[in-house]
Amino acid sequence: MFEVKNLNLFYGDFQALKEINMHIPKNKITAFIGPSGCGKSTFLKTLNRMNDLIDGCRITGDVRLDGEDIYGSMDVNLLRKRVGMVFQKPNPFPMSIYDNVAYGLRTHGIRKKAKLDEIVEKSLRDASCWDEVKDRLKKSALSLSGGQQQRICIARALAIQPDVLLMDEPTSALDPISTVKIEDLATSLKERYTIVIVTHNMQQAGRISDKTGFFLHGEVVEFGDTQTLFSNPADKRTEDYITGRFG
Amino acid sequence: MRKLKDNLLKIVIYICSALTVGVLVWIIGYVLYRGVGYITPDFLVGEDGILPMIISTLYMILLSILIAAPIGIFAAIYLVEYAKQGRVVKIIRFATESLAGIPSIIYGLFGMIFFVTFLHFGYSLLAGALTLSIMVLPTIIRTTEESLKAVPEMYREGSLGLGATRLRTIFKLVLPSALSGIVTAIILSIGRIVGETAAVYLTAGMTPQVPESVMESGRTLSVHLYMLASEVTDEHAFGRAFATATVLIVMVLIINLLANMTARRGSAEK
Repeated sequence: MFEVKNLNLFYGDFQALKEINMHIPKNKITAFIGPSGCGKSTFLKTLNRMNDLIDGCRITGDVRLDGEDIYGSMDVNLLRKRVGMVFQKPNPFPMSIYDNVAYGLRTHGIRKKAKLDEIVEKSLRDASCWDEVKDRLKKSALSLSGGQQQRICIARALAIQPDVLLMDEPTSALDPISTVKIEDLATSLKERYTIVIVTHNMQQAGRISDKTGFFLHGEVVEFGDTQTLFSNPADKRTEDYITGRFG
Repeated sequence: MRKLKDNLLKIVIYICSALTVGVLVWIIGYVLYRGVGYITPDFLVGEDGILPMIISTLYMILLSILIAAPIGIFAAIYLVEYAKQGRVVKIIRFATESLAGIPSIIYGLFGMIFFVTFLHFGYSLLAGALTLSIMVLPTIIRTTEESLKAVPEMYREGSLGLGATRLRTIFKLVLPSALSGIVTAIILSIGRIVGETAAVYLTAGMTPQVPESVMESGRTLSVHLYMLASEVTDEHAFGRAFATATVLIVMVLIINLLANMTARRGSAEK
């Protein structure tokens, strides 16, 4: 799905990512783990160019989505339509649940009420929160609990039918029960979407992901099948990290 | 000891708040007490009534806000959402802050020389409104800027992350979220427009007639108030001044209520 070659990223003079090479497979869950400040979130954001928003951020190298250079002539808004994102802190907009989910659809030109209704319902079902909110679609999304808000955000991202869903520590602000729901949701979504998730929770990566990348000081130390990486890490630093010797 | 300090501070805070409210109530109460008796149908719409002044004032508010609000709001959007936070923005901020501190009579002088004389507008509502809009521009820009900055960054990220353009994000998400702050900016500006005498007097003149177009001179309520109080013609002049003040206060109150209601409806619809 994503092919990353020799990616370097700088914030001003600081090099946050060093020579990243990675293949992110389709319809799998790929997890990035590593200590705070290791560059895993930064790398995630290069995949839908959210780093563009940061002053002084510079990128070299090659990131391709289905063979297309996303830093080339591709329209950034179309890229973000194809590569949706769920953020660390649930960020529903200050509007109704319905309008939240319909936001992206309206952005991309869907206006017909029936069509909107249909996709909003489908997205909320896919994000497994339809039953909880179907009677209060017109209520403000801010009135929901944190876990529900995060699933609304997932529904909002799914509504525009992306190919890839990036999740930036989506459960770090949530309680354990909401976390399980999001994890189940991610697992059920991978049939239709490619999911890339950043997590500081190694158990979470172990539970849900197919591939895992371990980041340290802006480098990918190890990237491979989750099972192998956790049971038989090739690199000493990976082993130290997953056995809890640092981080 | 700490407890004593705490209590002392509390008392000071209470006294200060009571003082603020007290002075306000006192002034408004006194104005109403002196003025209400003089408000008769004849005073309002009679031959020498203040209807022309009410209309001139409304004209002045409407025109000034129509000119200043879009410019100020767009300037604030530029400063917060688009401009690179560097030297240029700092200079613009410094300039707007300095503009806010200039006495209104200087705006009046400028308006008189530039709009009235140089551009040949003559004493007119338009010259007055243009002058006043320059005067309230800093207020609108600063207050709007603050309310835009108060919109959480994660809203913008969320919207951009869905593939919305910056422009769409601003108009569909950021501005609606900042609406109450923008309305505050406009209310503050209306307050300054309504209360202004010197700058209006020098640019819009003081003809006590219902203006037929914006190119005609008009006398606002504040200017009228000033005339009544400074040229005491009979023993009822002060009474009429207070009555005018009463009308002014009621008008400002109504406008503020309307603006707040609109804002609330606007944010409920989002």
